Amino acid sequence: MLSRLSLAALIAALPALPALADPATLAIAAPFEIKAADPLLSGDIFLKLDVMETLVNSDATGALLPGLADRWSVSEDGLSWRFHIRPGVTFHDASPLTAEAAAAALTWSWKKEGILAKAPVAAITAEGEEVVITLKTAFAALPAFLAEYRTGILAPAAYGADGTVTALIGTGAFRVTVLEPPLRLEAVRFDGYWGGPAKLEAIHYAGVSRAETRALMAESGDAGLVVNLDPASVTRLASVKTVTVHSVSLPRVLLLKLNAAAPFFDTVAERRALSLAIDRAGLAQAVLRYPAAATQMFPPAAGAWHDPALAPLGYDPEAAKAAFAAAGWVPGPDGILQHDGQPFAVELLTYPDRPELPLTAAVLDQMLREVGIAVTINSTNSSEIPAKHAAGTLQMALFARNFALVPDPIGTLMQDYAPTGDWGAMGWDNPAFTAAVRKIAAEGGTAAEKAALSATLQADLPVVPIAWYQQTAAVSNSVKGIVIDPYERTFGLKSAEIVQ
Amino acid sequence: MTFALRTLAFRLLQAAGVALVVGVMSFLMMRAMPGDMAFRIAAARYGYDLASADLAEAVRTELNLDAGPLVLFGQWMADLARLDLGRSMVSGLPVWEEIAHQLGASLQLAAVALGLSLLIGPPLGIYAGLRAGGRFDRALLVAAAALRAVPQFLLGLVLIVVLAVQLRLLPAAGHGDISHLVLPALTLALGLAAASARIARDAMAAFAASPAHAFACTKGLSDGQVLLHHGLRAIAAPLLTYLGLQFVLLAEGVVVVETIFGWPGIGHALIHAVFHRDVPMVQGTALVMGLSFVLLNTLIDLAVRRIDPREVRA
Repeated sequence: MLSRLSLAALIAALPALPALADPATLAIAAPFEIKAADPLLSGDIFLKLDVMETLVNSDATGALLPGLADRWSVSEDGLSWRFHIRPGVTFHDASPLTAEAAAAALTWSWKKEGILAKAPVAAITAEGEEVVITLKTAFAALPAFLAEYRTGILAPAAYGADGTVTALIGTGAFRVTVLEPPLRLEAVRFDGYWGGPAKLEAIHYAGVSRAETRALMAESGDAGLVVNLDPASVTRLASVKTVTVHSVSLPRVLLLKLNAAAPFFDTVAERRALSLAIDRAGLAQAVLRYPAAATQMFPPAAGAWHDPALAPLGYDPEAAKAAFAAAGWVPGPDGILQHDGQPFAVELLTYPDRPELPLTAAVLDQMLREVGIAVTINSTNSSEIPAKHAAGTLQMALFARNFALVPDPIGTLMQDYAPTGDWGAMGWDNPAFTAAVRKIAAEGGTAAEKAALSATLQADLPVVPIAWYQQTAAVSNSVKGIVIDPYERTFGLKSAEIVQ
Repeated sequence: MTFALRTLAFRLLQAAGVALVVGVMSFLMMRAMPGDMAFRIAAARYGYDLASADLAEAVRTELNLDAGPLVLFGQWMADLARLDLGRSMVSGLPVWEEIAHQLGASLQLAAVALGLSLLIGPPLGIYAGLRAGGRFDRALLVAAAALRAVPQFLLGLVLIVVLAVQLRLLPAAGHGDISHLVLPALTLALGLAAASARIARDAMAAFAASPAHAFACTKGLSDGQVLLHHGLRAIAAPLLTYLGLQFVLLAEGVVVVETIFGWPGIGHALIHAVFHRDVPMVQGTALVMGLSFVLLNTLIDLAVRRIDPREVRA
């Protein structure tokens, strides 16, 4: 009796609890955890939430737009870049954004192994209303680098004497009121925002690691914006009337990295044979549940890097077997290919942070076994991939690589394929390719030059593209103006609104 | 020496032992795990898109990871002696600061879950025990067994679907508002209540069949008076002892439930710290959890002794 009463009392008290959702507050649920206030660690979240901004912005095609810098120019020799700071911008602590403040923030990012450490930066200084970045060698991709979240600009008061970020004081349309790593951030509209005040009064960010929970938050109306849905939830939410599921193709590619120095993959013929053994369409449909088979390295979202004229990567297991046979790999008594007595047995490294990866690895295992390759799957921490790359012991690895870390794939190509990189080629050296990548990075490149590089990757297959990713998000029908950005820099919160 | 003092002295010794064992074990276990720590920490800090050999080297230098296990262990023990748990290798924040936030969230969740379970379980159990073998008793047995058997992961999702998605009574997940607490607490509470209902039922049934109960009735006390003046005390001792054991279950449940509901608790923190090789966080979290067990057990011991002081007199 007592319990029934108490349950009844509990249920009766529920509607009286503080409101589920404030009409002018947008609740956002995403899997990304906040580590600390430092842009180097969690700037991706701050940038997407319009709390922090960068000198340069990019649009949905990756084209660069003015951000906190309203214009920029480069000297004749390409060694000195001047970024003019937008006038009238104030930080959330009411201090003005000056060239000194921006230069100081960029210097900390550069010194602390941010993305600027990957550019040939010699010095970052402030001159009048301009931030001047002096380079050791010409580097055309510098503005794109300044759009990356690790170069986010915080107020001078945000940094301690040793560069430790002690407070999150940005310039964005929302001012942080609660920052509780790892799962919670709340911000209110910043009325002094240079782009005009936002329509939303406040945003509440919740880090929720389980995809099922996030989908249920969308369905229950607890979160107006839910990012990263699992394939099963996408199907389920499609039938929920109060939310709309958006998906957009990302410049993120599911890749099979091969050690081109290993005897299994040291010829182009072997790598092409391996690629022919993979049924990409079937795999994408079964595991990712959207038609996302990669026909080449770069998806259409990558602009000029995607060449529609390129002959697509195909699936033909019989041709794969024939090509392996021609390369000296013939089936042994157990059906496993052999070459000079060495069986074709390889380890496939992957990691479970992205739930589709181990599944994809299992499907690949089956497909490769069909042509006589014995695969051992090792699903472990993602860091084993760069670690084993460095040690030279890696054979195959399956992972998802973002080509839009900066809104220009050249940054990623330079790190991964010129000539090798932790998350790209291994044991592969194509001097012409490396030279072309470096030239484009230094001077910029034409569409034809970019397409030529894509063709080389297609012909040489230093890594085997499997599928192109899609970003999925569930947006409540009462929320307008949300942007699902292929470059994962914004949710469009500063112009979004809630309509009833 | 009184019982309370003896208990406290024993538990203090135990606490010191637990601290030492937890410290040494967590250090050894973290060392025994495969993979290069510097790479793991770099991946945790910068995300897997950015983890690279360069960043791993930078981490290795910054954290002095090459110093060797003995030096690092010595440093930690020296810090601990000064009551300093060090700094997280991932976020760079003091471990104590992070734990205080997360332990607070977990304790809040656990306390509400326990309170809810006590409101649900024992009253139902007492009611069933009074009519042992009756229809309600049998129904409760089935319900309790079912609730105990359902994994908390599933139970949590079912509760979200029913209470948040269908009935729209509560938020599905999140943290920050008091209403966010109800569903995760209820998920934990139902499992706990199932067990405590059984314990209360058995204790009640045993008491109802005892000469003490018969004597109380003979005195002319009403059923309600018998229960209030004699029954509750008889039930409380086994129930409280059992609750002490349930803390282990609760700690385990908190880990699962926190993940489902996006609750920033210590279970969540421990999992992430292990995955990220954040040794100071693992050591700090394990230490705090170990010491909490000792503290809770001490409190339970003292409470049980107060309710049932018979052995002391004997």
